[in-house]
Amino acid sequence: MTLPFTIIAALTIAGAVAAMSLRNLVHCVLALTLAFAGLAGMYLLLGAQFVGFAQILVYIGAIAILTVFAILLTRGTEPDAFLDLPSAWVSNSVIVAAVFGVLVWAVHSSPLSRRTLPPPPQITVRQIGFALMDRFVLPLEVIGLLLTAALIGAVILAMHEKQAAK
Amino acid sequence: MTLAGYLIVAALLFAVGLAGALTRRNAILVLIGIELMLNAANLNLIAFWRYGRSPEALTGVLFVIFSIGVAAAEAAVGLAMIIAIYRHYKTTNLDYIDSMKG
Repeated sequence: MTLPFTIIAALTIAGAVAAMSLRNLVHCVLALTLAFAGLAGMYLLLGAQFVGFAQILVYIGAIAILTVFAILLTRGTEPDAFLDLPSAWVSNSVIVAAVFGVLVWAVHSSPLSRRTLPPPPQITVRQIGFALMDRFVLPLEVIGLLLTAALIGAVILAMHEKQAAK
Repeated sequence: MTLAGYLIVAALLFAVGLAGALTRRNAILVLIGIELMLNAANLNLIAFWRYGRSPEALTGVLFVIFSIGVAAAEAAVGLAMIIAIYRHYKTTNLDYIDSMKG
């Protein structure tokens, strides 16, 4: 039980670190895809199959591809993508270490975190569909509206300026 | 496997995303860092759902599904804004994008 978790966790973290530290932006997105795939594996490990496949579809299938397109459209392969201010590096490290320290401290001091894995729940996609149409129908409609507005807004934002001025 | 393992992985992912969002100077990579932090939060939600008292209520799963939808909308609008900014400034380096009015 622990070995798959260790492998997937190592892959996810390695992908995330590579995505945030490589110089070539296209390589960054490829590493990010690895991190997203690792997260999908972790969802499958936790018994949330539907979320795992939604993660693969949305993040790897849509967001990663969209990011690659944005990088290529903005000629993002140019170098010097790091902060070159030593004082800011120090303050950033302090902020990140503090956030991580507080999170780890909170996890370790909570009695909840030592809970062992309960028996797997029997969740079918049918149940998720019924829940979406029954108890969660209002959030579903709101998310539909949000996605429509966001896509129209994205098209208007990325439209050519000269055309928009006419 | 205890719940703490998943929470530590999520915390590490959040810290990596935060470090990237703070230190990278390319707007697209800052967006990727924010995306990683969002994913860390989603992992927390799923872990708490799985280890919770009543997983049959499906609240954690549906929360993450809606969260993924919002993240998709955020990525689309964010990348469209970066493309519009690039068209104007001819760069995506955040150090050179420092005025609100063109």
